[in-house]
Amino acid sequence: MSTATGQQQAAAPADEEQPKTPLQRLLGAQAFQILGVLLILIVLFSIAETDAFLSVNNFRNVVVNVSILAILGVGMTFIIITGGIDLSVGSVLVFSGVVAAKVMDALGGEGVGVSVVGALAACASGTLWGLFNGVLVARAKVPPLIVTLGTLGMALGGAQIITGGIDLRGAPTVLTDTIGFGRLFGQIPYLAIIALVVVALGAVILHRTRFGRYTYAVGSNDEAARRVGVKVDRHLILVYTLAGFCAGLAGILNLAFYASTTIAGQSNTALNVIAGVVIGGTSLFGGIGTVAGTVIGLFIPAVLQNGFVIMGVQPFWQQVVVGAFLIAAVYVDQVRRAAATRGASSRRSLSSRFSRPSGARRKESQ
Amino acid sequence: MTPALEARGLRREFGHVRALDGADFDVDPGEVVALIGDNGAGKSTLVKALSGSLAVDSGELYSDGQRVAIDTPAAARSLGIETVYQDLALAPHLDPVQNMYLGREVMRSGLLGHLGFMDHVEMKENTRRAFADLGATVRDFAAPVGSMSGGQRQQIAVARAAAWASRVIFLDEPTAALGVVQTRNVLDLIRRVRDRGIAVVLISHSMPHVIEVADRIQVLRLGRRVATYDAKKTSMEELVGAMTGAISQGAT
Repeated sequence: MSTATGQQQAAAPADEEQPKTPLQRLLGAQAFQILGVLLILIVLFSIAETDAFLSVNNFRNVVVNVSILAILGVGMTFIIITGGIDLSVGSVLVFSGVVAAKVMDALGGEGVGVSVVGALAACASGTLWGLFNGVLVARAKVPPLIVTLGTLGMALGGAQIITGGIDLRGAPTVLTDTIGFGRLFGQIPYLAIIALVVVALGAVILHRTRFGRYTYAVGSNDEAARRVGVKVDRHLILVYTLAGFCAGLAGILNLAFYASTTIAGQSNTALNVIAGVVIGGTSLFGGIGTVAGTVIGLFIPAVLQNGFVIMGVQPFWQQVVVGAFLIAAVYVDQVRRAAATRGASSRRSLSSRFSRPSGARRKESQ
Repeated sequence: MTPALEARGLRREFGHVRALDGADFDVDPGEVVALIGDNGAGKSTLVKALSGSLAVDSGELYSDGQRVAIDTPAAARSLGIETVYQDLALAPHLDPVQNMYLGREVMRSGLLGHLGFMDHVEMKENTRRAFADLGATVRDFAAPVGSMSGGQRQQIAVARAAAWASRVIFLDEPTAALGVVQTRNVLDLIRRVRDRGIAVVLISHSMPHVIEVADRIQVLRLGRRVATYDAKKTSMEELVGAMTGAISQGAT
């Protein structure tokens, strides 16, 4: 035992001399490995169903399906990096869509101005729900799971109270024809462009700004952040508010796309978004995650569903496979976290866990 | 010499427990003072009071001879006082540079800075320089500190405190749970910080480390300072005697 520890200590400085290169870091990132899985899926489906799967139209369909989820995913990524969760995004999306529909209906007309006011109303509604979540989580110290489970019910119930439970179909045609179904140059759906802008902004904020840095710090060790003067409570409120804004924006886009408030259709939305975020390598325990990973993680279920439908496989299989992906992603995260807390002397690549010689295993168990 | 930080007659009660019972303390610039005492002697309470984490009921604090109030961690920081906590207080998922500047990020100049963009190059260069100056054995500036050894993490925590402290650094059990080589590195680091003229206050249970690295040793017992020893002229028996009350020095 004592000799083994001695060896480990002697070996530690040697490890320290060799920082990982940026390429090694990239290859080791879970988001990158998931991208590999996604590409393999695309290649497999392309080989199986070349004509149907590998077409511009089909890819456009997949992208549009992912767009609204990706906007929700940006906010969710921030929240999960802080170590929180938001189950309410689907309900807030519905509520915001209902608010927008009511506002546009009250204003009347089909004009651009009315649509803009409707969009602002949806964003404001989402932002307020997010603020509500954030204040309860940060100031009242109620666990995020409970707070957002509560607002999930409140927002959905609120939407049903406002509408009497019947979907509103009052989106102005100018909205459905442009944002809903319109395409830039007849090719690129506006929905995808909006999602891309939100994703890019989210990625820049998360990875390049102080706000993003504090998001990681709060999720990594909130006490450490507090001690160096980071206003942790205020930051959490802002993060939940941001996620609420994303849900509000998704609400108006959802209304434009479906020309309906889809009250009954969003019960699984939050879980699907969380699954995508986690598959994309964001740790449920906080401190780790990327926006790019989330987008890739959301594409996997979408591509699977699309591919299965084209291949004539029962689409129910998609849920089974995505569930397996989710568990595998969290398993990989656990392995990483365990490896990280064991310290540098036992830092190993993931692959070595599956091919470790029995001698090494014995030594470690001592 | 005027003490970098001096406390006179600090008192603090928690209910019926007198954690500090008229405690005095002083540390000069460029000196390592070890603060020792048995469990419950008031070491942690004293350090919290001196670093702004805890308000005292009465007593006076002087920084460079000036009467000061240290009632918040921010007040301590503005006086050039930094604390390395026992539980490290680093963010494990952030890299050394990010930890070094956490809460003190250098922003870009102009509009980008106002939008929240940081000057990564500046922060990285300064961190490299700070670590090199202290001889810290951290090589990988882009890996999360959680993946590093306990010794490296302690070095990062100490280097961060040293980078921001202009007067006093408090180190709470800096060598607890470290291996032999790692302990050596941290003790060397403490000496280099002292050689820059910064006052270092070391709280430790490890008598050999205390005797090795400290210049003076102040012993706390039952919430007050009961003895001060020159580290070169004392022995482990004497220190333990003072801690337990078997020996009383009288002159404090």
